[in-house]
Amino acid sequence: MILKEKVALVTGASRGIGKAIALELAREGASVIVNYSGNKSRAEETASAIEALGAEALPYQCDVSNEADVQEMVKTAVKKFGHLDIVVNNAGITRDGLLMRMKEADWDAVLNTNLKGVFLVTKAALRPMIRQKQGKIINIASVVGILGNASQANYAAAKAGVIGLTKASAREMASKGITVNAVAPGFIVTDMTDELPEEVKEKMQNDIPLGRPGTPEDVAKVVRFLASEDSGYMTGQILNVDGGMAMQ
Amino acid sequence: MAEDDVLERVKKIVVDRLGVDEADVKPEASFKEDLDADSLDIVELVMELEDEFNLEISDEDAEKIQTVGDVITYIQSHKS
Repeated sequence: MILKEKVALVTGASRGIGKAIALELAREGASVIVNYSGNKSRAEETASAIEALGAEALPYQCDVSNEADVQEMVKTAVKKFGHLDIVVNNAGITRDGLLMRMKEADWDAVLNTNLKGVFLVTKAALRPMIRQKQGKIINIASVVGILGNASQANYAAAKAGVIGLTKASAREMASKGITVNAVAPGFIVTDMTDELPEEVKEKMQNDIPLGRPGTPEDVAKVVRFLASEDSGYMTGQILNVDGGMAMQ
Repeated sequence: MAEDDVLERVKKIVVDRLGVDEADVKPEASFKEDLDADSLDIVELVMELEDEFNLEISDEDAEKIQTVGDVITYIQSHKS
């Protein structure tokens, strides 16, 4: 177990990629704060699964775009576990639609959760991490933030923003022993991608060199690497986990 | 809390954190100009002062701190 005694906060951990990440970190021995926004029973399922692995879990409801609530969440986590070593900014939503038809509210909702949320959670977590003089922040970006995607102007902009934020915070915090990296998943099978129209799914699959969509576990394993000391000499990096969709 | 005591404790933290000579840590010394601290150093310093004196210094107040004297004054006025 490579994350024994570590404490990890995973946002949006009630399902999908966030859940897989929470379980993967727990499997390596980390205690996990299972943040969720609305789905209490799914979050509790994640927490029970973590406990079944012999790790500690704390389900915590909080909208990541609300600064006061985020501050309170981080304080609660530090109070309960004594420290905070790993933050995975995973919470994300979609409100797809053609740019010309996109409502301002859909733009704002996606930017607030997917980009401002990363900023607020990072800001709150840096306090304990600076005190500890170590910390690992892992942001979940998206291949869409690199390649763009029709009908996802809001999502693409937010995820491209996450990439910029990752690099800026990596530079700012490097001298304090805190690393900040991102994972850019491609087409991963989750509830979120399940909502896409069939023809979009088919087209996306055809664009994947490895010939299959990814699983949440494919992403979680790379997050585990970034959360561990094995990636100690990496910061400000964006790792694509997309079956080769975007090659840089 | 006696003023001297506060000064001594602040001095120790500043010397440890910024690696400067104790003789340079005078009330009129500016963190940025005289003690060669960058803004991130000051953030860290403020957090350590919070721990040492068991205070919570708001971001707004922290931004106003420029000299060693500002720190002493702040602690004197916020610590019972």
